[in-house]
Amino acid sequence: MTSRRLRLAGVLARRGAQGVGVAVVVSVLCFLLVLRLPGDAAYRIAAGRYGYDLVDQEAAAAVRAELGLDRSAWHRLGDWLIDLAQLDFGTSLVTSRPVAEEVGYYLLGTLQLAAVALAFAVVIGAGAGVLAARRPSGPVDRLTTAWVASVRAVPPFLLGLLLVVVFSAQLELLPAVGHGTPASLVLPAATLGLGLSGLFARVTRDAVVEVRSSEYVQFARTKGLAERWVLLRHVVRNAAVLVVPYLGVQAVVLIEGVVVVESLFSWQGLGHALVHAVFWRDVPVLQATALVLALLIVAVNTAVDLVVLWLDPRPRGSGVSA
Amino acid sequence: MNPTRPAVAAVAAVTLLALAGCGAGADRSSSADVLRVAGPFEVHSLDPTADGEIFTRLQVTETLVTSDIEGELVPGLATEWSASPDNTEWRFELVEGATFHDGSPLTPEAAVEALEKVATVEASPLAEVPIEDIAADESAVLFDLATADLTLPAVLTHYSTAILAPSSYDDAGQVTEVVGTGPYEVTDVELPASIETAVSPEWRGEEPAIEKVAFQAVGRAESRALLAVSDQADVVFSLEPAGRSRVEGADGVRMESSLQPRTILLKLNAEHPILGDVRVRRALSMALDRESMAGAVLREEELAATHLFPPSLEAWHPDLAPLPEDEQGALDLLAEAGWEPGSDGVLERDGEPLELTLLTYPDRPELPALATAIQGALAEIGVRIEVDVTNSSEIPAGQADGSLELALIAKHFALVSDPLVDVATVFAPEGDDWGVMNWADPAVERAIEALLAGAPEPEAAEHRETIVRVAHEDLPLIPVAWYRMNAAVSDRVDGFVMDPLETTWRITDLSWAS
Repeated sequence: MTSRRLRLAGVLARRGAQGVGVAVVVSVLCFLLVLRLPGDAAYRIAAGRYGYDLVDQEAAAAVRAELGLDRSAWHRLGDWLIDLAQLDFGTSLVTSRPVAEEVGYYLLGTLQLAAVALAFAVVIGAGAGVLAARRPSGPVDRLTTAWVASVRAVPPFLLGLLLVVVFSAQLELLPAVGHGTPASLVLPAATLGLGLSGLFARVTRDAVVEVRSSEYVQFARTKGLAERWVLLRHVVRNAAVLVVPYLGVQAVVLIEGVVVVESLFSWQGLGHALVHAVFWRDVPVLQATALVLALLIVAVNTAVDLVVLWLDPRPRGSGVSA
Repeated sequence: MNPTRPAVAAVAAVTLLALAGCGAGADRSSSADVLRVAGPFEVHSLDPTADGEIFTRLQVTETLVTSDIEGELVPGLATEWSASPDNTEWRFELVEGATFHDGSPLTPEAAVEALEKVATVEASPLAEVPIEDIAADESAVLFDLATADLTLPAVLTHYSTAILAPSSYDDAGQVTEVVGTGPYEVTDVELPASIETAVSPEWRGEEPAIEKVAFQAVGRAESRALLAVSDQADVVFSLEPAGRSRVEGADGVRMESSLQPRTILLKLNAEHPILGDVRVRRALSMALDRESMAGAVLREEELAATHLFPPSLEAWHPDLAPLPEDEQGALDLLAEAGWEPGSDGVLERDGEPLELTLLTYPDRPELPALATAIQGALAEIGVRIEVDVTNSSEIPAGQADGSLELALIAKHFALVSDPLVDVATVFAPEGDDWGVMNWADPAVERAIEALLAGAPEPEAAEHRETIVRVAHEDLPLIPVAWYRMNAAVSDRVDGFVMDPLETTWRITDLSWAS
């Protein structure tokens, strides 16, 4: 038990240090990248604030004076890092609202969407994968392969529109767009979840086939354990060791790569915030969003490490076994 | 070890989804008495100078002066206004008995406080007015101007000049809440996409038939069209051609539209080595098959802009011969200007190819599509155009540093209700970010000065004609297409009227169909 605790502490310490390092590197990189982007930031911010009908040279000059954009880049970066150390994210250059509040709002949206989408993908994908693995090359397996190919072939945008047409416009079961109600979460999450379910099915199927042909499963069968218990006690847990890290990777993809689905369903998430922040050169929002995304990746990886540790508690690596 | 844990997780996930699904029914039934409005306009700020149009459109806030459906000035929070004989002192008499949504009375002091804040924001048209002082007396707001300005009442129709209650601002002067005087008060706001309002008990006028309004920003036109046809919204603004035909084929919903005082036009640098020659500008104009472009991109050939101002701005649409389309004529003009066929189909003069960069922005989806059509049309006469779809602010930035060559813009000619304010800015001799660049004409200058000084009719009509005619011949701005604003309106709703100036959505005029 002590060695397990030690390993747990090791994982947490390593990931914690990684988190701090990532925070600094990401903030500085973001800042430098925005400096390298074409166009004058004061104009971009003025366009974001006042819209294309009202942005002009006077508005840009006023924005430049108000935000002190004339100060040297290093000066501004230093200010941001000092504020960050005090956990102060500042205010948005465009909306003048606190960045923490704004990014927190979008983060919640993204996490809700990603969690439900993953649940969708796991239920459908892993379920299909386990069924397919029962009889490799059987009809269910072939059907799963076809499913994998088709959901991967349809772009999320099209899949989303199809779901809206069927479930919202035709069957009138769910709202087509919106944010905040559980009902409005179903279609965007299903769009993402269905897209992922194909690969999940594939990975689960391969993992289950591999585990089922292993010696310990053969032994469990030989000692007369019912097939159901073989599956639940031995196959699922061991296959999960292979599937969970994959789940982590997909969670990251979901958190970062859902802009199209967010915009199709008017769901407010980090992708939306990031696109606007880049377009408007809203540096504090951009830095905070990138920071949150980076830390989320660290957090997801930590969670995956911990889950795998729990699923497979065998000692590994010389440092731990000593 | 507990073998059933994954199963429990799966069951939990399914239950969650099922519960989520159940929410949908509840949503629908509770929306029966709410007017559901959807549009592409995201709201990122509560400040009237930034995203204030949404709050005047939802009739939460009011301006001192407003405009009727014909664009004529009518009383808003000011019942009447007058100017001193030299037009430097203005008096706006406030309506009696108006109350902010927080219950506090609309006093001249409160109005002055709000207007003083607006006047310092450069983006607001009020910042252009030469204001010396804004003061309050017992019943009115008084403006003291450095020089005469007859456009002040029109400027005060702009959404940025909406009057908010003192309680709307925090100590730093930031707007934290929208407390207005309009018939509707904000009940819930979730930036950037959702605003809910209800009739304010403080409203001084007649009780509106629509009691609650829910506005939802929906960025994608495809999603908006689906909302309209599946009865998930009562009024859906701004549909693209595909969505429009979808709505036209659906039951229970109709399309409404009105021509906006907005022209999609090519802004150009009139001192550019190539574009400085009026023959080149005319040739570019003649090469544009505006009808086909409007037909293909806007799906409406009548939107081809043969004049700078749309016919709906009647006073600014004198009887001039439409801008011609003539490919051979364009080639002849270019030859006259010294441009000869070059090696790869691009015209050349002194070994230099006829190449230009055209900037445009994606905020209005038709602009990049039209830019590509223009690129194609001009390639036919040997002009190579590079299209750069970028941020709208690159256009004023290019104007400032002189690097701009061509830009395709959608210019609104009635940001405030009198087009003169915009016309005077667009043709300012020193140039304008959303108007002419390095172009001035003495006759146009004189005409604008006379109009700003309040020239009476019919002399004013002559001045307007001068401005439009000179611009029509010299083409410092090349009109491409006019613009129609549209909305899908559910049959549940009666009395919908599309305001071409989009000052308000006139929700108080709506009622539920019986």
